[in-house]
Amino acid sequence: MNHTSASPDIDRIDVEAVNKKENRSLYKKRVKIHPKRVQGTFRALKWWIMIITLGIYYVTPWIRWDRGPSAPDQAVLIDIPGQRFYFFFIEIWPQEFYYIAGLLIMAGVGLFFVTSLVGRGWCGYACPQTVWTDLFIYVERWIEGDRGARIRLDKSGFSIGKLGRRILKIAIWLVISVATGGAWVFYYADAPTLAVSLVTFEAPSIAYSTIAVLTFTTFSLGGFMREQVCTYMCPWPRIQGAMMDEESLAVTYRDDRGEPRKAYKKGDPWENRADCVDCNQCVAACPMGIDIRDGQQLECITCALCIDACDTVMNRIGRPAGLIAYASVAGEQRRRDGEPSGLRLFRLRTIAYLGLWAGIGVVMLIALVARSDLDINVLRDRNPLFVTLSDGSIRNGYTFKILNKARDARTLILTVEGLAGSRLKVVGSEDGGETAAPFFSVEPDRLHSFRLFISAPGEYLRREATDVRFILTDLESGSRAHYDSIFRGPKR
Amino acid sequence: MDDQHHIDEVTGIETTGHEWDGIRELDNPLPNWWRWIFYASIVWAFGYWIAYPAWPLINSHTKGLLGYSSRIDVDQEMAQAKDRQKVHLAKLAQASLEDIRTDPELLEFALAGGRSAFNVNCSQCHGSGAQGFMGYPNLNDDEWLWGGTIKDIHFTISHGIRNTADDDARTSTMPAFLKDETLDKRQISDVAEYVLSLSGSPHDAAAAQRGKPLFAEHCVACHGAEGIGNAEFGAPALNNGIWLYGGDKNVITNTIANSRAGVMPAWGRILEPVTIKKLAVYIHSLGGGK
Repeated sequence: MNHTSASPDIDRIDVEAVNKKENRSLYKKRVKIHPKRVQGTFRALKWWIMIITLGIYYVTPWIRWDRGPSAPDQAVLIDIPGQRFYFFFIEIWPQEFYYIAGLLIMAGVGLFFVTSLVGRGWCGYACPQTVWTDLFIYVERWIEGDRGARIRLDKSGFSIGKLGRRILKIAIWLVISVATGGAWVFYYADAPTLAVSLVTFEAPSIAYSTIAVLTFTTFSLGGFMREQVCTYMCPWPRIQGAMMDEESLAVTYRDDRGEPRKAYKKGDPWENRADCVDCNQCVAACPMGIDIRDGQQLECITCALCIDACDTVMNRIGRPAGLIAYASVAGEQRRRDGEPSGLRLFRLRTIAYLGLWAGIGVVMLIALVARSDLDINVLRDRNPLFVTLSDGSIRNGYTFKILNKARDARTLILTVEGLAGSRLKVVGSEDGGETAAPFFSVEPDRLHSFRLFISAPGEYLRREATDVRFILTDLESGSRAHYDSIFRGPKR
Repeated sequence: MDDQHHIDEVTGIETTGHEWDGIRELDNPLPNWWRWIFYASIVWAFGYWIAYPAWPLINSHTKGLLGYSSRIDVDQEMAQAKDRQKVHLAKLAQASLEDIRTDPELLEFALAGGRSAFNVNCSQCHGSGAQGFMGYPNLNDDEWLWGGTIKDIHFTISHGIRNTADDDARTSTMPAFLKDETLDKRQISDVAEYVLSLSGSPHDAAAAQRGKPLFAEHCVACHGAEGIGNAEFGAPALNNGIWLYGGDKNVITNTIANSRAGVMPAWGRILEPVTIKKLAVYIHSLGGGK
């Protein structure tokens, strides 16, 4: 095919991968990376994911949810002094922290699932380090220019213009960092109230120090540490190898199509040559500073910017896209053998991960739906185990706690099953003194603690320990909570 | 073997000069950032010695220019805690014992304070769970030597039992029937059998029959007819399963023969009045209060 009129010269960018084998020494000084701007599908995908994730992060604390006059009206709130976690219509007490644990486990298993499908998709698109670094690089490019301009600026001597640009860039970075820290603390307190108190310097010092820490981390990790975090600090790259198999997708350079690489000039024929024109655009675009043509490597976060860069060049010279593409090891082998490479999405590994994730999700959902708003905990006295009274009966003492998780006050009745002839006495009940079924008024959203004595005639106790069940009933709604304990007596 | 100036081939870095079985060690310099942090921490240490308590002397220690002491911190925290409790303590001091029992907020406060005062002052004799030991009453049950109303309990705690420190201390004397030669061994044994029969324990019926008139003559005056006890004299009830010194024949015989005289400090002379109130409310709430 004749491309002489349409295809331009492809200039070779002067850039070298930071992890080239020839340059490896025992101690490697960091080389600053200036990723070049690219346009393409994956770049667009990254922007969308950035907008969505950052949008969720910054906006969520401001969403309101009405829970009545006695409760906070923030939709997502981690109320540490009040010991509650609010998520829209869900309200969790600290004892129910296992929901959070379940969510974290699901996040982990979900991540394993995604990795088994698309490799390091988390790293390249959704990881906070990637997202904020991407944002910071965008700001840097906006203020200081694209790759070439930034390298020249770095090399140039001191000038007012350079100082001005640097200061402006750092100022914007600082604003983003403070906003990031601020958004974090807004999850832990009522956002409008805290925002006002922050600017009037009346907020608690922990708010300021948390914002300071997060400002420092965002600024240094996103502004300066960048790829060093992924290569040296993060454990995830080293774990992901266990979740990927030969069918997982990874950013792959098709060296059977691209090698041997050779520069391309306008008018050159395409016969008897490979597709890679050695333009180094893939290396220049890489935020990790590596050369994907060296093959799969630890540093590659599969952000696919090199794919966009290469596809752009291929389009310009009229070659098919896909010299670098998402491909799996086994798929590539199949392609080279002449079969369709195919996407094996349904494998034992992926199905197992998905099944586990869904299973945990279903269990948690059921637990959440079945969650009762009335709970009773009974702690039996251990010191002394039992008391012999003057009429010969045996008495056990208990501390029992009523957890009223509803938002209304209620009246509750306590009954005990399993001990014939027993008498109950509660210290602090409404009706005082001994009664068969003492009743209590409890306030909304509170834990009440009472002392309870159960006496049973000595002759009735056949064993040293008798199983008893405490039942708490809400007369109005009929909801019940129970707790199993034992009643101890002397040795028989 | 010392081998100075050996340059390692692979890295081009000088070695430390020693060799162990052919192994050499690269003499890399310490990272600069690490070194400077180390020097900074030395400077900081000097500053710290000057500002804070640091060095031990023969009988004391260097106090530091800032005058900080963790003991002062503790004192301040204790004072703050006392300050926080001020309002409730004042209410407690004014309220009567009955008022405290019926007001849920005051009751909660008094029980908490009473529990902690009990653990510090009373648990050594009465046990950590107030269950008592031999000779020290179980405060959980409903038998009271000196009365179980909250007023009685308050009085007992305040003035104590058989102590010389307080004129109002509760007191009584049980005769030592063998030592005083009032009864002989055989008679004491019979009375002991009778006492066992009063509480429904296994006993020798014939001996109990013999002991009954002796009991009527010598014991009823304090311990009451049928052994129901008398709080005025601190005489325990003998007709139940609760025993202060033990319920088997040997112990009862010993008690009758040599008598018993429990002692309790007069806490009113040691603790603040509001603490005594808290203790009275707490003990009364243990389940046996009348």
